[in-house]
Amino acid sequence: MNYVFDGSYQGFLCCVFECFEMKEWHAVPVAEGLFQPDIFLPERTIFTDVDKAQRIQNGLKSKFGKLIVDDIYRAFLSEDPVAWQAAYYIMVRLFQGQTDVLENFGDTQVLYFHQTLKKVSRERHRMKAFIRFSKSNDGLYYAIIEPDFNVLPLILSFFRNRYADMPWIIYDVKRKYGFYYDTVAVSEIEIDTTEQKNLQSSSLTIALDERDELFKRLWKQYFKSTNIEARRNIKLHVQHVPKRYWKYLVEKQR
Amino acid sequence: MNVLERIEEKLMILADAAKYDVSCSSSGSKRKNTGGIGDASSSGICHTYTEDGRCVSLLKILLTNHCIYDCAFCVSRKSNDVKRAAFTVEEVVDLTMNFYRRNYIEGLFLSSGIFKNADFTMERLLRIVKKLRLEERYNGYIHLKTIPGASEELIQEAGLYVDRMSINLEMPTEAGLKLVAPEKSHDAVRKPLQFVNTKIQTFQNEKKLIKHTPTFVPAGQSTQMVIGATPENDWEIMSVADEFYKKYQLKRVYYSGYIPINNTDTNLPQIGTRPPLIRENRLYQTDWLLRFYNFSLNEILNPAFTQLDLDIDPKLGWALRNLHLFPVDINKADYQTIIRVPGIGRGSAMKIVSARKYGSLREYQLKKMGIAYNRAKHFITCADSVTPLGFKYAPQLKNIILQTGNSKYKQEIAENQLKLF
Repeated sequence: MNYVFDGSYQGFLCCVFECFEMKEWHAVPVAEGLFQPDIFLPERTIFTDVDKAQRIQNGLKSKFGKLIVDDIYRAFLSEDPVAWQAAYYIMVRLFQGQTDVLENFGDTQVLYFHQTLKKVSRERHRMKAFIRFSKSNDGLYYAIIEPDFNVLPLILSFFRNRYADMPWIIYDVKRKYGFYYDTVAVSEIEIDTTEQKNLQSSSLTIALDERDELFKRLWKQYFKSTNIEARRNIKLHVQHVPKRYWKYLVEKQR
Repeated sequence: MNVLERIEEKLMILADAAKYDVSCSSSGSKRKNTGGIGDASSSGICHTYTEDGRCVSLLKILLTNHCIYDCAFCVSRKSNDVKRAAFTVEEVVDLTMNFYRRNYIEGLFLSSGIFKNADFTMERLLRIVKKLRLEERYNGYIHLKTIPGASEELIQEAGLYVDRMSINLEMPTEAGLKLVAPEKSHDAVRKPLQFVNTKIQTFQNEKKLIKHTPTFVPAGQSTQMVIGATPENDWEIMSVADEFYKKYQLKRVYYSGYIPINNTDTNLPQIGTRPPLIRENRLYQTDWLLRFYNFSLNEILNPAFTQLDLDIDPKLGWALRNLHLFPVDINKADYQTIIRVPGIGRGSAMKIVSARKYGSLREYQLKKMGIAYNRAKHFITCADSVTPLGFKYAPQLKNIILQTGNSKYKQEIAENQLKLF
């Protein structure tokens, strides 16, 4: 049995609900966009029901703790269909009473789940490190990111706590949404397509703070001066700062 | 020259002079943002990496590279003909805040050459730290160098504002230090380390009784030794490190391969000598074995075995000298035994111990868990291991591992080897 859901997190949780409601233990959740009909497997479209999703969420939390809820959500943010299936497999096993399923690292699915969590966590950490704010002339700090996984929701509290006294925007161009913090609260923003184009082109429409260029230059200078030429090791450098991130790193710009 | 160019030049000189301090860690502090800007991330964050592969976490600068000392190994020594510069207090604060707000850095690492005397220098450093904390309401990470010989009052006051303090041992032994820096001594380092450590303990004990005790150097202390400038062997170096870890409860000891900077002192390696990068790596590996793998120093290095192998890691070296302890049965041995197997780290050991409750582990499962199976397979047995035919002696085993392995150092070691013919 294939469960076709709409690709949302709520829809994903509804698949677990459906599985228990229909007692279909061998069902596999597939997102709408990725689904390819299989001649040998029946399929059913799962409609997203917020209440059902909430029940699964609450059940996970009260029975197995908040940490597991977070882990499932993180695995979901990986946007990896295989990881989704692993997360689904784990939820079903948990509700079936196999409460220690997560410790069984010998199980391929469980191991894959943990490895995905590691990958998502690594990307989340990288975003904390690699985000570079520019300051506009009205005092707004903004940054553009393009993370491998959808980790933006995971780093918000970090940036809110750290940069509490300044307004900022972090925008994910890959997934076309971002968050704006106005020194009081964080809210989600979306930029329409015309504005989007302006952001991606090199001629920014946002007027920069007069000293912004200076600090960018100083940072590049610092990056160069703190390097020890005798220890040059480009392989290690690229391993730590993979090339796909260079686009938004001030110090890697010419 | 305008203001901008001047500050750029200063940054160039003073960042360049500070880069030989290898400490970059921004971890260990839990300072919260209390109504200003910034906090400390307890795991630390590396914001970028230089082209030599070292992490850039903190804005690492000297306040000035004017110095009254003349230590042969140091770029900023009195007799060296380099450009001198000095930041003002305001410049350092402005740079730090603007870099921090743009998320370039995790905090400030502030050191300085000694000008006039120790107290004068320390007092100036303290002024920067206080301005950041009190006027800018900055709660990010600050790593401050303790200036040896500064008064205890100044050191104690600084401790209330910073996250980590450190003093460099420079050379691993007193004798080595006297060779290149006759004006310095290990005692001048031990005294402030001891003083700060006692204070940290006092504040921590008070914290247990009174909740609102201020934090004092929450990320602890560290030190650094230069490797390869003076003729100490690895055993001497690690003995000193081991002693300092135990005595002063240091968070880290850093080992810095010496990079030749002049040809005037014939005691030191001359320009053109490659820095001892592999040796440095092996020392760090040993350091980790001591701190996280429950090894004691005399198991890895002792008077009879004073130099680490360059071609294999110290854990493998230890295992080859102690073949009677192997093979270890992965499905029965305890965690402490498993982490001693070459090629298995703490993470994988934890996974193994957790997973074997569900059934005996097999080879394909171990491989997937991420252990270095190529190395580990000679030292373990699992559910489907084949009984090996005959016994392999250590040199034999080492050869097999080296030939089948793919060490990143293979090339370099081959180049450094002396040729017989």
